[in-house]
Amino acid sequence: MSGARLEIDSIGKSFRGLRAVHDVSFAVPAGAIHALIGPNGAGKTTIFNMIAGVFAPDAGTVALDGKRISGLRPDRACDAGVGRTFQIVRPFKGLSVVENVTIGALHRRPRVAEARASAEAILSRLGLHDRRHQMAENLTLPDRKRLEVARALATEPKLLLLDEVMAGLRPTEIDVMVAFLRELNGQSGITILLIEHVMRAVMALAAQVVVVSYGEKIAEGTPQEIARHQGVLDVYLGEEDAS
Amino acid sequence: MTWLRGLIAGVSSRILWALAILLALLIAAPALLGNYALSVLILMLYFACVGQAWNIMMGFAGQLSLGHALYAGLGGYAAAGLYFHYGLGPWLGVFIAIAAAVAAGAVVGYLGFRFSLAGVYFALLTIAFAEFTRIGFDNWPWAGGSGGLFLKVERNVTDIANLRGGPLLFYYAILILAAGTFVLCRALLESRLGRYWLAIREDAEAAQAVGVPVLRCKMLAVMISAALTAVAGVWNAFYYNNLFPETAFSVGRSIEMTLAPIIGGLGTLFGPIVGAVVLTGLGEIFTDASEIFHIAGLKQIFYGLALLIIVMYRPAGLWPWFAARLGIAERRP
Repeated sequence: MSGARLEIDSIGKSFRGLRAVHDVSFAVPAGAIHALIGPNGAGKTTIFNMIAGVFAPDAGTVALDGKRISGLRPDRACDAGVGRTFQIVRPFKGLSVVENVTIGALHRRPRVAEARASAEAILSRLGLHDRRHQMAENLTLPDRKRLEVARALATEPKLLLLDEVMAGLRPTEIDVMVAFLRELNGQSGITILLIEHVMRAVMALAAQVVVVSYGEKIAEGTPQEIARHQGVLDVYLGEEDAS
Repeated sequence: MTWLRGLIAGVSSRILWALAILLALLIAAPALLGNYALSVLILMLYFACVGQAWNIMMGFAGQLSLGHALYAGLGGYAAAGLYFHYGLGPWLGVFIAIAAAVAAGAVVGYLGFRFSLAGVYFALLTIAFAEFTRIGFDNWPWAGGSGGLFLKVERNVTDIANLRGGPLLFYYAILILAAGTFVLCRALLESRLGRYWLAIREDAEAAQAVGVPVLRCKMLAVMISAALTAVAGVWNAFYYNNLFPETAFSVGRSIEMTLAPIIGGLGTLFGPIVGAVVLTGLGEIFTDASEIFHIAGLKQIFYGLALLIIVMYRPAGLWPWFAARLGIAERRP
């Protein structure tokens, strides 16, 4: 596993005339961790869905290591090296934890036994190995979030898209997840883009933060810069009455 | 031999012994049973066989087909028609039968899956195809039209090449088919394709995100299911020696194929077998009862009640409940 450079070039998407994303551009260098933040409904997940192939952008392109991936089907985007989690977790509920991850691993390892071994290794790293024979539907929310990450990682992506994997976790669990992601990134050099509301995690992980509001990029910079950025504060806290 | 080892990997020796004994009993059954009991066993094996095939679509891949009579009917008509008109034996005819059913399955599947028809809408499409095929065959002279297609009854010969003979021949033929379908389903379930089907059944969008080519896997499910159903359909046509569009493609015939796996346990390998044994066995008893008490349709009422009770009290089917009691729970993959 190694990382790939993600390049997003003025993408846009409308749903029945409603402009969800407009002219958003940014790049994530290979091996970097960046965050995508913004208020609810700002278009963050729509941007993820365009990277992961759920739908094609109306305008602009998404490229991974210089190769255009926008417009590909989700399974082709996965081929190209995009792994993603879902904001509302979507485990294969009726299957065991290890089978969930094995299905991800089968993508690059067609032999079931090899895929299963790979899945077990990933589960160990995420602390889910004890629970590997449980049905996914019986997991607690933090474990489901971890399963979501494990399944995406099993496809051996070059770019990992994490959609609010910290939401609903307790502070100690957030620290564990942050430590895991940092270690993963350090060891494999995988590129990570995360959508996150938990600032504690954003501050700890992201080298750069992209802020979107009403479908447009309003700021980009280091977490410290973003924390002081007036436009960002306005969006999050409301504009101060200047009069 | 590695595929064989892969096939039985993870199966406890108790289950393997139980299966071996069951198979031995089934092979010896004609020597132990009378004609009537053998004919009931033949029916059980037939429903286990088509149930297994239907289970690939609904139980594994999560796609509801209520038109599987289409594939059995096409298969039966293809092989019986070729034999009737040109004397082509069913061992060759079965390949034409499979080709016809797979082509039909591919059309139904592509129309349904390409345009994202899901659940009941897909089920309606499958019914529609079976229905207009029925109407087509009603008006197709080559296939005998609504008057039906008849093969000469030859119970006293044993002509394996043309699948002509008595109950014994058909018993062993359906035993081989049922056992073969069972083994094939086990192999499929243990393969990458099988895991992908389960993923699609659970959540197609999440499956696609981890690289599952959803459309291709669904197409394979409907085509493999259609092929297996067609083979059983060929057997059925040669066993009964007659085919009528009104029955061969009827919705009732399609529904009948779904009952064993639903009652036995969707998505399990033993479910269709358990369901076929229970349903056919009790169905025979109720058929006799309706004759004794002169109450027509007792069997149909029983089917309805059985479905109702299972859906209410054992929605996962009889087999998972039964297996848990025996402590041999089929590992849910």
